[in-house]
Amino acid sequence: MLDQITELQEAGLRAVAAATTTDALEELRVGLLGRKAELPNLLRGVRDLPPDQRGPAGKAANEARQAIQSAIDERVATVAAAELDVRLRAERVDVTLPGRPEPVGGLHLLTRVRRQIEDVFLGLGFDVVEGPETETVHHNFDALNHAPNHPARDPGDTFYLAPSTVLPPLPAAAGAPTTADGGPLTRLLRTHTSPMQVRIMEREDPPVAVIVPGRVYRPDSDATHTPQFHQVEGLWIDVDITLADLKGVLLSFARAIFGEEREIRLRPHFFPFTEPSVEIDVSCHLCGGTGHRTDVAGHPRCGLCKGTGWIEILGSGMVDPNVLTAVGRPAYDPERVQGFAFGMGIERIAMLRYGLDDLRPLYENDLRLLGQLA
Amino acid sequence: MKAPLSWLGELVDLAGPPALDAETVAHRLNVTGTELDRLLHHGVRTPDTVVVGRVLAADQHPDADRLRVCRVDVGADEPSQIVCGAPNVAAGQVVAVATVGTVMPDGMKIKRAKLRGQASHGMICSARELGIGEQHEGILALDEHLPDAAAIAPGTRLSDVLPHADEVLELEVTPNRPDCLGLYGIAREVSAATGAALRPAPWEGETGPDPAGDAIDGFAVRVDTPRCRRFTARLFADVTVGPSPLWMQARLAAAGQRSINNVVDVTNYVMLVTGQPLHAFDADRIAGGALVVREARDGEALTTLDEEARTLRAGEVVIDDADGPTSLAGVMGGDRSEVHDGTVRVLLEVASWDGPTIHRTAQRLGLFSEAATRNAKGLAPEQTAWAQALATRLLVDLAGARRVGGTIDVGGDALAGDPDPIVVREARVARLLGAPVDRARQTELLRTLGFGVVDPDPTAAEGEGALHVLVPPERRVDVTREIDVVEELARLGVVADLTPTLPVRRRLTAATLSPVQRARRRVEDALVGRGLQEVVGWSFTDAGAAGRLGLADGDPRASAVRLEHPLSEDQAVLRPTILVSLLDVARHNRTRGADDVRIFETGTVFRDQPDPRRPDMPFEHAALGVLVQDDLFAVKGLLDAVLGALRIDGWELEPVDDVAFLHPGRGARIVLGDDVVGLLGEVHPTVADRWGLPRTAVCLLDLDQALPRAPERRPVRPVGQFPDARFDLAVVVADDVSARRTLEIARGAAGPLLEDVTVFDAYRGTGIADGHVSLALHVRLRAADRTLTDEEIGTVREAIVAALAADVGATLRG
Ligand SMILES: [Zn+2]
Repeated sequence: MLDQITELQEAGLRAVAAATTTDALEELRVGLLGRKAELPNLLRGVRDLPPDQRGPAGKAANEARQAIQSAIDERVATVAAAELDVRLRAERVDVTLPGRPEPVGGLHLLTRVRRQIEDVFLGLGFDVVEGPETETVHHNFDALNHAPNHPARDPGDTFYLAPSTVLPPLPAAAGAPTTADGGPLTRLLRTHTSPMQVRIMEREDPPVAVIVPGRVYRPDSDATHTPQFHQVEGLWIDVDITLADLKGVLLSFARAIFGEEREIRLRPHFFPFTEPSVEIDVSCHLCGGTGHRTDVAGHPRCGLCKGTGWIEILGSGMVDPNVLTAVGRPAYDPERVQGFAFGMGIERIAMLRYGLDDLRPLYENDLRLLGQLA
Repeated sequence: MKAPLSWLGELVDLAGPPALDAETVAHRLNVTGTELDRLLHHGVRTPDTVVVGRVLAADQHPDADRLRVCRVDVGADEPSQIVCGAPNVAAGQVVAVATVGTVMPDGMKIKRAKLRGQASHGMICSARELGIGEQHEGILALDEHLPDAAAIAPGTRLSDVLPHADEVLELEVTPNRPDCLGLYGIAREVSAATGAALRPAPWEGETGPDPAGDAIDGFAVRVDTPRCRRFTARLFADVTVGPSPLWMQARLAAAGQRSINNVVDVTNYVMLVTGQPLHAFDADRIAGGALVVREARDGEALTTLDEEARTLRAGEVVIDDADGPTSLAGVMGGDRSEVHDGTVRVLLEVASWDGPTIHRTAQRLGLFSEAATRNAKGLAPEQTAWAQALATRLLVDLAGARRVGGTIDVGGDALAGDPDPIVVREARVARLLGAPVDRARQTELLRTLGFGVVDPDPTAAEGEGALHVLVPPERRVDVTREIDVVEELARLGVVADLTPTLPVRRRLTAATLSPVQRARRRVEDALVGRGLQEVVGWSFTDAGAAGRLGLADGDPRASAVRLEHPLSEDQAVLRPTILVSLLDVARHNRTRGADDVRIFETGTVFRDQPDPRRPDMPFEHAALGVLVQDDLFAVKGLLDAVLGALRIDGWELEPVDDVAFLHPGRGARIVLGDDVVGLLGEVHPTVADRWGLPRTAVCLLDLDQALPRAPERRPVRPVGQFPDARFDLAVVVADDVSARRTLEIARGAAGPLLEDVTVFDAYRGTGIADGHVSLALHVRLRAADRTLTDEEIGTVREAIVAALAADVGATLRG
């Protein structure tokens, strides 16, 4: 009987080793170890043996059964992994086919740049405030120290609102532009964000440090001027804010937007509401301020800065005492407080930063272009 | 303002050392406050190759009637043969020859050439070809214009005897600096900016009281308006009107002025030097010999020099003679008293006007002449005397004129004299600029600008003193206060190398965006995250936009704010709703092949109604517009996303069928609490069609109402550690039961375990009775402290079903 067991074990192990599918192994499991198989039958026959043979035979038959059992289990594991592998390989897909489309959105370039500018000035300690786009002549010009004959007041440079039948009349300064039949024009689309300088000082005590992003309007229309555009005004008033502080703030800004290596230059200018007034030039980021494109063969003159090495980015200055006085509040006594103001065009920053030479496409909103600038 | 360098060099010493070229001068001006528009070259580009020549012979060309073959001595060993087409060329003339290699003003290069078989080595030039003047009928015969022309050696460079080509600085003069609308003012700036020595003013020593008195026989002037601050006049007899000398024509041409005749040219020349406009009357055409300066009456007529008939307005200023208005004061003379070829007596008016009056007149008439531009700035009354002095000398020299009588000077007596000095505190300068400038340096800088400076206490410690500063007349419009002097110090002595510093924010809060600003960014980001592209449309639209939207005249959305002077009819009003620009952008992209437009915009919209927040001004509010080429539910999903990003709960849509631009069956009001904060729905197909759009859904939200309601946080409910129980339920209800009502009933019946109940499908059709709809509800239950039992879940389910059956007759489907 022991020989018979050995023989069955060896034959079984050979068959298991030869099986190549899980189905065949399952058949073997039934055939070798199932209810009707020989080995269990032998095991059942053990009790008929003489007592002295029962122990060794039972043990041998059990061992044989376990050996076959574990051989089948091992073999199944191996074969099943191979079968899975075959099946998965058959599920191969073309990975170069496109992914399922997700709609792609984006912010308009002007919003992106506006947010960048806001974030830089938040970091420099400015709050962000906004204001109305329709304004009074008083806030847009008079309170900002514009002489009655300042050319910016001309209807060729300012959009005045047609007189309204439903709004109360506003006081008109002498010499204000008029309608064709002589009625004063007292309301306008703000030509700059600067009226908010006055509105902020009217409602808040110093110190104030704010920027004012927003849409402004001037009747210009060409490649670099659109009748609506966007500005960011800056205002910082306290007891000791200096022109040197203005330079520090705007240098920090220029470096944040145009690169760490940038320098700025203060170029004296005239604005009615600042004194002294300076325009700010930033060293050209395209040619590194050299005026020549050393990165291009032949080192041609830099087209962005026209060979000067400098690009004008904004106007600024120390707030004119007349503006502080016009606020009409003791807290803004120009002998006590002082500060700076600046105003920059978001479009201009965007053009310089992203290499655009025509503004108009920004308002055409061709999605094929906006997507690239988002 | 065009400043020819050689002319400037006569007023400020540019010869050095160090010699200053145009670029250096331009750069220094640029960094001290006078911006350079561009640097131009006027005239022949290679001036050294234009020489004086003598025509030895001018023979008829053998093969061309109109041409002469000339032999011209240009100082070389052999005369040059030059073919010339001018009718006036003749042997013996002294001429200007552009030799081979010369580059003419228009860029043409003179080459050896053959004209009809005859060699030609150069060109004999006309005045216009040289850029000197307008004259081009024939070649410029120097012997007719230059004294002693015959003595000039052939081959001499023309520029040695007649400066004709020049570098020209085209400068942008800021409105506060009318002194720089005269070359002497620019020369002073150059001197201050470079250290070059300023030469004495050309009128120096000639501006005192006229020894001949203040009367002119036969002429009288009366000034009846305070808008004329000073009026001076001189009379000149024996005037010979004719062409100006070449040097003057050349200078005027370089400065961009056309030569007219010697009298008019003198007035222009003097204006360019002094900045002060002058006007020459033909004295014999001043009716009655009396001029009256007065304010015009409304509707008065006057024909100006340019032969335009002008209608005047009250408050504008005219000069009358006995026959009525003869000149539009400060802006343009009248044609009746204009100087002409036969004029022999000239009355020269130099007057000072109220700037804003002139500005307004010029602006109304669109007549910003050189004179009006300058007078509009409000010039110093003292300048009139400078201009009279310089013009007198030139009229005598160039037009053979003889002064007759004295100088009429109305208003001259009333000149205030020197104003009080401005006190400039040393400490104030340092405090404003953030850099000290000591009094010695301040004095030095201010004196280069012509300011008088006195230090009343030279012993005061540094930083504690003050200077007394006297402002010269031509700067008194601009410099009236301490701060104005500080600006002069800053621009000349400080800004070039100011050490930057950073200020300290003394407000004890960190700078942050406001809650509303943060909310707006969240809205934008939510829509971008759902695949929408932000657009930025125009605030302007045309007056017909409201009509195209189908809005009736009385609709508040149709009451647009109008512009007084729009750029075009397309941009004549401000958009009353953001829908207009969204539809415009959608159309623009549809016509360019976009398949699926998904866009949004935030921006201001305007209405011609008082704004409750500032009743003086038109209503304006910030709006969000969303547009997708899809149905109502797509855009409602986006609204859900937007309000979700704002953490705003408890909003509802209420159907509307009376909004003209919305589909009457697929439109809704967005309701938040008691307020309507927007509209949503499919665009009315008729309206969509006007923009060439297929089915389009929009959402319009008033951000001024919505954003402030976005809570910074909302209450957090603990979720516990146990799984939610979920089940679905399909109920059939009548069509007129809204989903909102069904959900309200379900919510009301579900009890405290309910977390959420939503509709995930609505079905009509096979198996559902007509007039009914099957709503599939998804119910989610939650208890923070336990797993719910089947029994608890079943109880909720039965309660919902029972309530729906009782309230709206719903039956369970399936
Ligand atoms: Zn560059």
